[in-house]
Amino acid sequence: MELGHANLEEFASTILELARQDTSVLVMTSDSRGSARLTQFGEQLPNQLVEIGIAEQDLVGIAAGLASCGKKVFAVSPACFLTARGLEQIKNDVAYSDQPVKLIGISAGVSYGALGSTHHSLHDFAALRAIHNLTIMAPADNFETRQTIQAICGYPHPVYVRFGKAPLFHLHAPDTAFAIGKAIPIRNGRDLTFVACGETVSAAAAAAELLEKDGVSCRVFSMHTIKPLDQDALVEAAQQTGAIITVEEHSVCGGLGEACAAVLLQAGLHTPFKIVGIPDEYTVTGSQSEIFNHYGISPDGLTQTARQLLFTRTVG
Amino acid sequence: MTELELQLKSIAYRRTILQIIKQARAGHTGGSLSCTDILNVLYNAVMNVSPETLADPDRDRYVQSKGHSVEALYTVLADRGFFPAADLATLYRYKSPFIGHPTRKVRGIEQNTGALGHGLSVAVGMALAGKQDGRAYRVYVLLGDGELAEGSSWEASMTAAHYCLDNLTVIVDRNRLQITGTTEEVTGLEPLAAKFEAFGYAVRSVDGNDIRALLDVFAAVPFAPGKPNLVLAHTVKGKGISFMENSVKWHHRVPTDNEYAAAMAELDAVQSVLER
Repeated sequence: MELGHANLEEFASTILELARQDTSVLVMTSDSRGSARLTQFGEQLPNQLVEIGIAEQDLVGIAAGLASCGKKVFAVSPACFLTARGLEQIKNDVAYSDQPVKLIGISAGVSYGALGSTHHSLHDFAALRAIHNLTIMAPADNFETRQTIQAICGYPHPVYVRFGKAPLFHLHAPDTAFAIGKAIPIRNGRDLTFVACGETVSAAAAAAELLEKDGVSCRVFSMHTIKPLDQDALVEAAQQTGAIITVEEHSVCGGLGEACAAVLLQAGLHTPFKIVGIPDEYTVTGSQSEIFNHYGISPDGLTQTARQLLFTRTVG
Repeated sequence: MTELELQLKSIAYRRTILQIIKQARAGHTGGSLSCTDILNVLYNAVMNVSPETLADPDRDRYVQSKGHSVEALYTVLADRGFFPAADLATLYRYKSPFIGHPTRKVRGIEQNTGALGHGLSVAVGMALAGKQDGRAYRVYVLLGDGELAEGSSWEASMTAAHYCLDNLTVIVDRNRLQITGTTEEVTGLEPLAAKFEAFGYAVRSVDGNDIRALLDVFAAVPFAPGKPNLVLAHTVKGKGISFMENSVKWHHRVPTDNEYAAAMAELDAVQSVLER
């Protein structure tokens, strides 16, 4: 796999292109243009960047007002603050009011690493999934990020997108089909399916390669849209491969894994199933990759989880 | 519309507000009565918006941040023809869009509100869009005084001043009461005018139940070029009904048959004086 750049960089270049073509595209920041790699955007299109300062509630409320007047608004702020401090504004001013704001949560999950839990967003999927009228997305690489931003720019309803700041491996060919709500298959397999999202997808893909060498054939999905979930792909994978491991940079409570579990159980499928994410504890301190390794969100960790799950299935 | 006609409209609005609250057996009586005159003047004499211009990008916008006083808003919108007045009979009913806080499912309402401290940010966004697009529309937002304890209102105030939004008019329904007691007992707000001035507003204080004073103050917008406008509207909660005025218990009390009859009699008496 070839290493690309951070999804932050891909977002910045994509939104700059879109905004150059359409003056109604606005980017809003909360003293976050530097960390969002939007300094160049501000220099080149100063009239299309609205700085709000460190005030996430205000950021989201104003975004709703701008969107109500026809602006294509991307409200960009660290995911941890945007989706916690601004949660009531997201719920009421954006989702309930159906103002088509695009909420961009940057440096999501544990991207901020050793800055600690104040700066981690391990709650955002859970909090936002319970809010009606909000699409939730977590692109896995630069291709998915570009496709996501292009797809949502003119989308007439609210969307939340979150990504991190680490350079990411390219996972897809440039002509890969992309649609909101449709999982992208990265690898086909018979014995087990990894359903991953965001920056954990490459670890799942690498684990699948390792397992293949041992004769375990794995399917891998990038489930870039957490809501609405691609239920058809999930159910088919459970039926065809007989085991599911979900992987996410989020609390194991209320995220992708529990969303998948609900779909499978209600489809009558009691497939061997494991949720890999950040457990419900004080998160270990360290960098993003150290935290990933600690909790088994790594090629080795996921390989081990897969073996355990398949062993359980074999011995019953 | 003449000042007298507007005064008569306020009486009619107060009748409707009490009637629909009584029929629905729910509603925010005191706060709806305190802001009746403000809404009356805005929709009948100030704002450039009508059922015909609701989709016009140049229309004036109104956001009711104190969403709980929705009975006043429904009453005025019905009178202005945004929807049939008969729809008001569905207030609080199963599957009715006429719920206890404004939503865009009701024609004429621009933004869903109800949680306090939200409307001002949304109005700032609308005003900012108007400035960016060089449009001449104005944005009006009504805040309760109790909701000023929400810090988000002050965040939005900073942004309004920073972007020089003189197309934004913030009206504070300063009736001095909230559900627990007086605003000064609950979380003191004074000196309120000085606080707003310090946040960068051009501030005018006005009797918010005086039609003439309201007409004059809105005609003076913008008060100062480059500054957001703040109308500190000193009002009386429960205005127009003697036994509801300045009474905490009328925050969301529904009148009994006797109270309703007494309230109607008071409104009738004021109307006959005006018509003389």
